[in-house]
Amino acid sequence: MDDKKIFEEMVNILKVYTKDTTLLEKATLDTHILNDLKVNSARLVDVIIKCEDVFGISVDDDEADKIRTIGDAVRIVKQKLG
Amino acid sequence: MRKRVVVTGMGVAAPNAHGLDDFEKALREGRSGIRFQPLLEELKFGCQIAGIPENFDEIRKNYFDREKLMSINDNIGYASVSAVDAWTDAGFSIPDSTDDNVDWDTGVIAGSGIGGMDTIAQSVVPMVNEGRVRRLGSRIVEQVMNSGTSARIGGLIGAGNKVTSNSSACSTGNEAVIDALWRIRMGLAKRMIAGGSEGASPYIWGGFDAMRVMCRKFNDNPAAGSRPLSASACGFVPGSGGAMLLLEELETALARGARIYAEIIGGYVNSGGQRMGGSMTAPNPEGVKRCIRAAVADAGIDPGRVDAINGHLTATYADPMEVKNWAEALERTPDNFPYINATKSLIGHCLGAAGAIESVASVLQVYRGFVHPSINSDDVHPDIAPYAAKIPQTCVEFPELKYLAKAGFGFGDVNSCIIFKKWEEE
Repeated sequence: MDDKKIFEEMVNILKVYTKDTTLLEKATLDTHILNDLKVNSARLVDVIIKCEDVFGISVDDDEADKIRTIGDAVRIVKQKLG
Repeated sequence: MRKRVVVTGMGVAAPNAHGLDDFEKALREGRSGIRFQPLLEELKFGCQIAGIPENFDEIRKNYFDREKLMSINDNIGYASVSAVDAWTDAGFSIPDSTDDNVDWDTGVIAGSGIGGMDTIAQSVVPMVNEGRVRRLGSRIVEQVMNSGTSARIGGLIGAGNKVTSNSSACSTGNEAVIDALWRIRMGLAKRMIAGGSEGASPYIWGGFDAMRVMCRKFNDNPAAGSRPLSASACGFVPGSGGAMLLLEELETALARGARIYAEIIGGYVNSGGQRMGGSMTAPNPEGVKRCIRAAVADAGIDPGRVDAINGHLTATYADPMEVKNWAEALERTPDNFPYINATKSLIGHCLGAAGAIESVASVLQVYRGFVHPSINSDDVHPDIAPYAAKIPQTCVEFPELKYLAKAGFGFGDVNSCIIFKKWEEE
């Protein structure tokens, strides 16, 4: 799966957790999930679970803690998918 | 001087109706919300009928965004939809979640008898037992914590006053209204959303079925199953749903020109102490009578002035005793006994939501001047035969209805009584 496809899937996953979904229309790899998209920090665990389901991967706690931007998530997913 | 308290908004999600207009119609028609439940048959319940609000999954989609819907179980859904309805019915609007203003004068008391049992049974227990704790995600705690309903409602309206959830078994809904009444009376809040809710779940009802206190003889005739006051009553029919009332300080209600449904002039809660015939499951008659008398005294009226009673009346052996307790507490005889009805005859026993839904029924009756039929009681229990004429079999138009007493009793020998008064311009 290429970066673009992973990015699109991430945006799709984040739609449920982003109150103002128009923010996702101009999202980039540098978009900060909490600060820019205003996702409730408590919901990050749900975003990780959804990523695991969508991409068929397993993300451990240390890796999850490093995800700040959409780009961080894309890099980890790509690495896992090999 | 204590503040006067009025009801300016109501919301209801009942087994026989959603919304005030349809609920009033259902009350007047004597429309039953009790239906056969295939799931209970599959699970080998003795009682296979129940009252569950219809089409509720669709209804709540109109109230909340996808993000909120993911953490709203049955119990919280019934409570939240009712709260939104009550709040908007009172003339307020639901603020946008980006609106940073806090309403410091408004609070919430929203109780449940059992609470988020469906979430516990369907998610927490299996996933924890399978070693999949991590997969529970972030949405479990807010759905299973006892204050899950009040917390959700508080966030929806930006309530900055007391936000809590009470629990006193089947007295919960009444107790919430009474606690809210006192808070406003004391000048600690100007408005309180108060009420109760209960989910529809075999995991909630299983314990009652095992106790053999639920109706087992009407699985083939659900609408006839809930039979308070009847000689053929054979246990309560489980119900579910929610209702919220917006209680408001009279002064602010008048100042903003709000429509006033009724004034709450009295309320009292107590316990029979599980003594003198009372137990975990049975009421001490002395406790019941003291509670009713104290509510009437709090209202400052003569007990002879009560025009109608909306009883607790569940369709168990306790109904005749309840009627006699009312008669003694209000110093009435069969000849001058007030009208008495059981909303549970239409919706079943909604446990933690019962007092709240039935309080909405009570206020509607006071506001519109009628007494709804207490269905399935045409064969009145022989112990209370002399009172039969006071148990409406069809809707009674009663424009003179001024004072209505609403009671609720619960496991733990807990009691509650509210006195509603018709609002009259002064």
